[in-house]
Amino acid sequence: MDTLMTPTTFTPVEAVVGGLLVALSATLLMLSLGRIAGISGMLARATAMTPGPRAWPLAFLLAMILAAGVTFWFTPLSFPLREGFSPAWLVAGGLLVGYGTAMGSGCTSGHGVCGMARLSRRSIVATLVFMLTALVTVFVVRHFIGAGA
Amino acid sequence: MIRVIWAAIAGALFGAGLVVSGLANPNKVLGFLDLAGAWDPSLLVMMGTAVIGTGIGFRLVWRRQSPLCDREYHVPSARSVDQRLVTGAVLFGLGWGLTGYCPGPALTALVIHPSEGVWFVGALLAGAAIRYRQTRH
Repeated sequence: MDTLMTPTTFTPVEAVVGGLLVALSATLLMLSLGRIAGISGMLARATAMTPGPRAWPLAFLLAMILAAGVTFWFTPLSFPLREGFSPAWLVAGGLLVGYGTAMGSGCTSGHGVCGMARLSRRSIVATLVFMLTALVTVFVVRHFIGAGA
Repeated sequence: MIRVIWAAIAGALFGAGLVVSGLANPNKVLGFLDLAGAWDPSLLVMMGTAVIGTGIGFRLVWRRQSPLCDREYHVPSARSVDQRLVTGAVLFGLGWGLTGYCPGPALTALVIHPSEGVWFVGALLAGAAIRYRQTRH
């Protein structure tokens, strides 16, 4: 189970640079299209689960995936991939994240970054709730149940 | 066409930011969420920087009457904190804490770590589809 709990080190410079890239992205999307950079919302639009134009959300998401892949595979910024993580957990987690972000109208980007930046009361509440739930979940799984995940 | 190009530029910056910051690494996310373990505060720094930077950026942008490629800004107008918002956030936090993936990093895992990404993203789409189907009628 050790491989599933690989500790990572504090990387403040990378964290600040990455945070600035996300801030620049959100700012440019607001400047150009007047839209919130919320991944769950864009994914729902791009896959026609919610109505509206599909081209721009699809372009954002495809460019995001491509740029992440290029950054990971062709720069020294890659990280060791997790091994042995159960597909059943991934499916359970994916269902919860998909259902929950659709129900709560947003995720880490829409509520956590853009909504917090707007000082939206809904987003501040949503962010506190999903952060707290995730902290408790990790605590229970790692220190109470003692599972490697 | 110009709208698609702007969206792609913004998306590329976002995707690079996810990898540079480490948010695309579920081990790092779980290390950040594990306050009682070997806590890695990197993502607190990342989120703090992103929120403050976006806050400044949005306020500069909003000095303009309208965005470059649209007549108006599309900012969510809902104000009320209701049960759907809170329940949805709880379910999302549960799935995030179980796996270390939120939607953006999960999508990037399709190319970074496909053996995890395909499972998670398939289920993510199914979960969202179930929810939107419920609310359609």
